[in-house]
Amino acid sequence: MQFRLNGADVEVGAHPMSRLLDVLREECNLTGTKEGCGEGECGACTVLIDGEPVCSCLVPVSQVEGAEVLSIEGLGGNHPLQKLFMNEVGAQCGICTPGMIMAALTLPDDPTLDDVKTALAGNLCRCTGYSAIYRAVLKWKTNEIQRADATQEIQR
Amino acid sequence: MTAVGKSVARKDGIGKATGGAQYADDLVFPEMIHGRTIRSTIPRGRIKSIRYDFDTTGFTIVDYRDVPAKNAVDLMSQDQPFLAEHEVNHMAEPIVLLAHEDRDTLLAAKVVIEYEEEEPLFDPEKSTLSFKDIDIVKGDTDSALRSAHVIVEGTYRTGHQEHVYIEPNGVIAVPEEGGVAIYGSVQCPFYVIKALRCLLGSAHPNVRVIQTETGGGFGGKEEYPSMIAGHAVLLALKSKRPVKIIYDREEDMVATTKRHPSIVRHRTGLTKDGKLVAMEIEVILDGGAYVTLSPTVLSRGCIHAAGPYNCDNVRIRGHAMFTNTPPNGAFRGFGAPQTEFAIEVHMDRIADQLGIDPVEIRRMNALKPGDRTATGQTLRDDTSAHMVLEEAVKRTDFARKRKEWKGTNKSIGISLFYHGAGFTGAGERNLKSKARLDLTPTGVRIAVGSTEIGQGTRTMHAQIVTDALGIPYESVEVAQPDTSRVADSGPTVASRTCMVVGKILEECAHEMKEKLGGLSPADYYAKNGAISVERMYEPPDWIQWDDDTYLGDAYATFGWGCDVAELELDPDTYEVKPIKLTAVQEFGRPIHPALAQGQIEGGTAQGLGYALLEKVVMKNGAMANGQLTNYVIPTTLDMPELEVVMMENPYPGGPFGAKGLGELPMDGPAPAVVNALRALGLDVREIPATPELLATAPSI
Amino acid sequence: MKTALSDLDLRVASSVNEALTILRDEKRTPIAGATDVYVGLNFGTLKPRQYLDIWALDELRTISTHDDKLIIGALTSYTSLMQSHIVAERVPMLVEASGLVGGVQIQNRGTLGGNIANGSPAADGVPVLSAVDAVIVMRSVEGERRLPINSFYTGYRSTVMRPDELIVAIEIPRVEGKQWFRKVGTRAAQAISKIVMAAVRSPSPKIALGSVAPTVVRARMTEQALAQEATIDEAARILGEEITPIDDVRSTADYRRRVSMNLLRRFWADTA
Repeated sequence: MQFRLNGADVEVGAHPMSRLLDVLREECNLTGTKEGCGEGECGACTVLIDGEPVCSCLVPVSQVEGAEVLSIEGLGGNHPLQKLFMNEVGAQCGICTPGMIMAALTLPDDPTLDDVKTALAGNLCRCTGYSAIYRAVLKWKTNEIQRADATQEIQR
Repeated sequence: MTAVGKSVARKDGIGKATGGAQYADDLVFPEMIHGRTIRSTIPRGRIKSIRYDFDTTGFTIVDYRDVPAKNAVDLMSQDQPFLAEHEVNHMAEPIVLLAHEDRDTLLAAKVVIEYEEEEPLFDPEKSTLSFKDIDIVKGDTDSALRSAHVIVEGTYRTGHQEHVYIEPNGVIAVPEEGGVAIYGSVQCPFYVIKALRCLLGSAHPNVRVIQTETGGGFGGKEEYPSMIAGHAVLLALKSKRPVKIIYDREEDMVATTKRHPSIVRHRTGLTKDGKLVAMEIEVILDGGAYVTLSPTVLSRGCIHAAGPYNCDNVRIRGHAMFTNTPPNGAFRGFGAPQTEFAIEVHMDRIADQLGIDPVEIRRMNALKPGDRTATGQTLRDDTSAHMVLEEAVKRTDFARKRKEWKGTNKSIGISLFYHGAGFTGAGERNLKSKARLDLTPTGVRIAVGSTEIGQGTRTMHAQIVTDALGIPYESVEVAQPDTSRVADSGPTVASRTCMVVGKILEECAHEMKEKLGGLSPADYYAKNGAISVERMYEPPDWIQWDDDTYLGDAYATFGWGCDVAELELDPDTYEVKPIKLTAVQEFGRPIHPALAQGQIEGGTAQGLGYALLEKVVMKNGAMANGQLTNYVIPTTLDMPELEVVMMENPYPGGPFGAKGLGELPMDGPAPAVVNALRALGLDVREIPATPELLATAPSI
Repeated sequence: MKTALSDLDLRVASSVNEALTILRDEKRTPIAGATDVYVGLNFGTLKPRQYLDIWALDELRTISTHDDKLIIGALTSYTSLMQSHIVAERVPMLVEASGLVGGVQIQNRGTLGGNIANGSPAADGVPVLSAVDAVIVMRSVEGERRLPINSFYTGYRSTVMRPDELIVAIEIPRVEGKQWFRKVGTRAAQAISKIVMAAVRSPSPKIALGSVAPTVVRARMTEQALAQEATIDEAARILGEEITPIDDVRSTADYRRRVSMNLLRRFWADTA
């Protein structure tokens, strides 16, 4: 089984019905993608498949054959949204943070607060009450320079 | 000051945002195997037989006979076994442990347990076994009630609440030279040590607990991790291999602790114009099948039961009752959210009955400096009930909205509340918490057992040390809690990590500064080598408390809050849409304003969930909706706009004036919401106020 | 995951014809977006062990019109439904329903065909299809058959589909009249429905409900009463008698009945 993971080709030998989540965590040793519920409710396991956020706990790895998968590790560590999540205290315990960031990545430019809420409605956070997360995401999305940085970061 | 009072960069680094932070399930050890817990499927009975219906080759199997010393989780009492022996007292009680290197094989193993079932007891009011009884007496309630002009009575109920930290419980036990190390998602590493010492006895003296990055706690990882750690250790000792036990969401929800359900009865006497003259209160908590922390939850619940009000005659009786349900335990607020819900809804009912405005009834009775609480504690200058009340009323334009929205589906409600910071009564004195500062080649390292579970412990402690020592923030490190290397600074609970542990650290820093004698840490280290300063907490000397009479200074200080909830009711579906929640809270002084705001926003969200959404459905003594699909916490679209107002009234005994904060925001949202529903004409005396409840709620 | 992987077997189809041949020869459960199947596998509650992955069959992802019919490929995701102008124009309430399924992650993966085949009475999309008299197109190696969705379900999570059949498309005739949709979920988002009502206001009104009976149902007696100009209160009374909701962990029979009746009144007032 082959697919693109964070910009590189990978080949995995997992059972085709393995969850993408487990393949990432156990076979690819990328533990930034978290499991919170195993039922597609919490969004902690969110990754992008061909640019779309999905819950990797509900995806058989057979279905990413040939696809482009982006996990939190694919952002490197200097993505402005990552920094903003820490600076704005959008991350408290941090367990929802990777999934939250992945879901926020696909927001259109200049989103309204409602757009942000809708985009993140599939990601549960129990620490923040979400307000600090909105602050982080809106700050990122309303800053042109940071946005340009971010695009570069993902492309790399 | 260079750090305190500023939202400086978090000490957590970027790891939480890059996925690099290591939580328990992210760790792998050589030769590691996986553990699984076999649990009871009945609420009460005797175990007749256990049959292992699988090929046991390659399995490690543990039951109570493998316990080296004592089969009891050592907490407040030693009544709860790590593994049931002959009797089962609740659903999902651990009986047998299995471990195997292959998870599929482990999963497929079938253990058949036969029981002799007995009649379970689920109703705490029918229970005859009490874990703790409390009786607080101030003045003479009986005669004051007789002379009161008006008497208002009411019964209020709150349900279970599940913590829903997004990282489920998990630990790994790793045998190491001469002992065993436990890595885990824990709030209180030294609680785990205490429990393991009792479990293992003198045969295995060398145990240490290392806290891994922890994905939320809220009280849910205060005592239960001791149980899981014990299980992992038993399997590790028997298999001689590292053993990982990670609960899945359903196991975590069904088997581990929850907030205690409560029944609170009020009988209140007042003058015609609304002055409280007598309060008679009964608090009943459903403790579940074992003691866990129920006595102290009841204690805090009872002490807060009269609310932030002044009344000369108060009688509070409390009982924490046994039932055949999984034990309830610590959850942010620790009994106070239950009893403050009751008193705050009761206050609005009193106001209605007397024809007084809900703000006015609070204004008339709220505590002031010099007033005495139910336990006879004379309040000091850091008492802010009136300040937060007036600010909230003004800021929300409460009176205008209340009037204008009458007759519409929109409504506004208020709650006034307080929360004692730190352990109750003599608790801090008995705890003798310690903190240590170690000099490093570049600065200092904080070595405390307080855990970072999201709230910002590392950062806030580092800020306090930075300013007390007068060195750059960057040169203060924070050690990962490892019980073999850090001081036992007491559990990370009870809103004490800043106020109490932060205070010891402040004193450590002062002593360290003296020792450095004007040299920078680096220069001193280069010249003299490493030194450490360790100090023990000394509560203020004026604190007097009598555990027998429940009289005295229950807390060194209190945080104060006033919440205003604005909401809209859908008349077709009875769904409540919160529009805005204004949280005005005074907690001394914020060390890190952004983190403090995060505590208030997050606690408020949990309070809103408690008020409206979060219902544990119990069937035959077990949670029947143990999935995140069916036990629903607020999503982004369920949350209203939050406006946080942080007010200051420094507590002289706290570091830089800080009080405890973590739990305060949990107390206010539920009564504010229910009081707003009351203003819509719905007589609600119970939470969660689900649409199902509202559809049939009596009209006022 | 509480299901042992070693017990599971998957075949991957690369064309519809291949999928149909496999379904003729072997008893396999099709997986598309897997948003229901994997919840079951994670909880260890699903019985089937043989699966057929049809996710790659892009030929089932088209949305088109033919004569007056809107034809939606079975693998069309909720996100695609929300982005489709034709769907928005023809069946706006299907767009609305799609936006209320789970969160974005589920909308990206969940498919309309899967929602139908899964057979949950709480399916968000199915009441809409029921109210607009959609036709389900099933195919097997023997050919195609078309069945109105309102004859598709035979009971709780059971359908008339044969094991060798695959849902390939959903046909929706032109809808005459105002469409009205309301989902009452357990919360504002990421919610399972406690009641769903989809309705069309026309001389012969159409009213479908989810989560109030073992299957998604059409309220035929209520429709008839309204068509014969009964008062709305009378119609609501009939609806209350016609549906058969139950108590479960999410809600109560009483609430579901009461709110269904309220929603009927709201539908009638909103579309007057």
